[in-house]
Amino acid sequence: MAGDPIMPATGRTRLASAGARRATESALHNASSRDHLTSVIFLALLLLGLSVALFSLAALLTWSLIEGAPRLGLELLTNGPSTVRPEEAGFRTAILGSLLVVGGVVAIIVPVGVGAAIYLEEYADKERWWNRLIELNIQNLAGVPSIVFGILGLAFIVRGPLSLGFVAAAGSLTLALLVLPTVIIAAREALRAVPASIREGSLALGATRWQTIRRQTLPAALPGVLTGVILAVARATGEAAPLLLVGAVTFVTFDPSFLEGAYSTLPVQIFNYSNRPQEEFRVLAMAGVIVMLGLVLLMNSFAVWLRNRFERSW
Amino acid sequence: MNVELRERSELEDAHGAIGVRILTHAAEPGDRTDGEAVFELDNVSCYYGGFRAVRDISLSIRKNAISAIIGPSGTGKSTLLRSFNRMNDLVPSARLEGSILYHGVDLYDRKVDPVEVRRRIGMVFQKPNPFPKSIYDNVAFGPKVAGMKGNMDDIVEESLRRAALWDEVKDKLRQSGLSLSGGQQQRLCIARAIAVEPDVILMDEPCSALDPVATLRIEQLMIELKQNYTIVIVTHNMQQAARVSDETVFLTMDDDRAGYLVEHGPTPQIFTNPTNRLTEDYVSGRFG
Repeated sequence: MAGDPIMPATGRTRLASAGARRATESALHNASSRDHLTSVIFLALLLLGLSVALFSLAALLTWSLIEGAPRLGLELLTNGPSTVRPEEAGFRTAILGSLLVVGGVVAIIVPVGVGAAIYLEEYADKERWWNRLIELNIQNLAGVPSIVFGILGLAFIVRGPLSLGFVAAAGSLTLALLVLPTVIIAAREALRAVPASIREGSLALGATRWQTIRRQTLPAALPGVLTGVILAVARATGEAAPLLLVGAVTFVTFDPSFLEGAYSTLPVQIFNYSNRPQEEFRVLAMAGVIVMLGLVLLMNSFAVWLRNRFERSW
Repeated sequence: MNVELRERSELEDAHGAIGVRILTHAAEPGDRTDGEAVFELDNVSCYYGGFRAVRDISLSIRKNAISAIIGPSGTGKSTLLRSFNRMNDLVPSARLEGSILYHGVDLYDRKVDPVEVRRRIGMVFQKPNPFPKSIYDNVAFGPKVAGMKGNMDDIVEESLRRAALWDEVKDKLRQSGLSLSGGQQQRLCIARAIAVEPDVILMDEPCSALDPVATLRIEQLMIELKQNYTIVIVTHNMQQAARVSDETVFLTMDDDRAGYLVEHGPTPQIFTNPTNRLTEDYVSGRFG
């Protein structure tokens, strides 16, 4: 069979090439069965971890919904709190208080956090020791327990130099300090992710450094910055411990204002209701959990929509 | 005409492997003394911290001509180019010794504002870097930050026409600049640089990331542009330098790794009859 590429003509070479082919085949097919098993086990573990996380979240949501469903209704949002009549109690003042406090937090962390990130990333000379010290401090602050910020707020904001008293503004300031490192770190990462070629291109056209930051770098970093703000807002909405120290009382019958008077927030109110002995208050607390989750979901959705609007690809 | 033909046959004899094709009229050796000098460098050395990247360069760049800086990798060609528009200022450890005169003014004088320098001396980079904005906003960015008056639509159209890109993008000015092909993106960057009405355009290996068809279009564009602008390009591609440039600057380096000027002259002379042995070795491919 001259000219046949697979089967050579003479017997000995035919045997030899068939042997060579078999050896190659077995080498290529023989993925070690132990490797294969390891891959499968690893994949299974990953899926298990993912399922545990998702299942826990689903369980929490479902349980809250089931427990709190009896009390869901519009009066939950419009009624003030009550200690004696749980069937008429609502979260009105707590919701308003939360909105005020979180609104104040956002108003503080966006300019201060983004400004700090711009300074650290664009202007600071990273070789200088004081800049490195600032960086180190910010990383550390992100890990400080929230109750410490409560004590700090009590000592310096409610009393001490600022002496604002037990008002919503003090709560905002305290929580802003708590979540600021998150925003700064996220904003820095976002700014760092903007390629240097964009900055170079802008500067080469005769833009000043500030023009470059304002018109190119910052708009390009906006999605990442908004992510940081989302995380910060979600955390601030759910914090109870520091606010307890800073004066978020649990029974406020009038609508709160920012700079004067007592205030309460959703987590604190839920905490208070869940402490009461009557069964109805427990159900009320679960309904409050649903309201709070809904509020956080609403805020996050808005921020995600905002982020998607500015999403860019490189 | 006779000069051209003679030079070309000499080229083919002596350096058959290069295959130079001259796109337009070659500069006569005498041309160099005509025309005003835009840049005059006097003993310029560029340092990054303690490391000297470029040493003792003295030359002058002619107006309305294309000057090509060629040489092996690492000889400081890009460093030298970036010193023309003070882009090296962005590197904290960079410093310059000697002087660069731009129309007689010392570019590194304390009173000189680097922002103003960069408005007059534009730069196009090796990898096209359009902003993540629309094509219109890309071209309009320079004039806006410079505070240029005038109808922005007209400025954008004029710049895109001059960069030979208008016909291809006039219907999609609002689309992202990143949606264009590589060659179109580079022409967009050129249009962007032109929009601020610079005097000089610096190009750092503008075609090295592009395919041959796009490269040819950009080379044709460069030849059109030199009527109105002074162009200095850095290129690794010797043939490109021979095709496109009027004058060539050849840099190489010694063991100290500092780039120095070997020869500077009209392009046909550098490629056919260089005065320095090193130049001849480089253009005939014996090293580099």
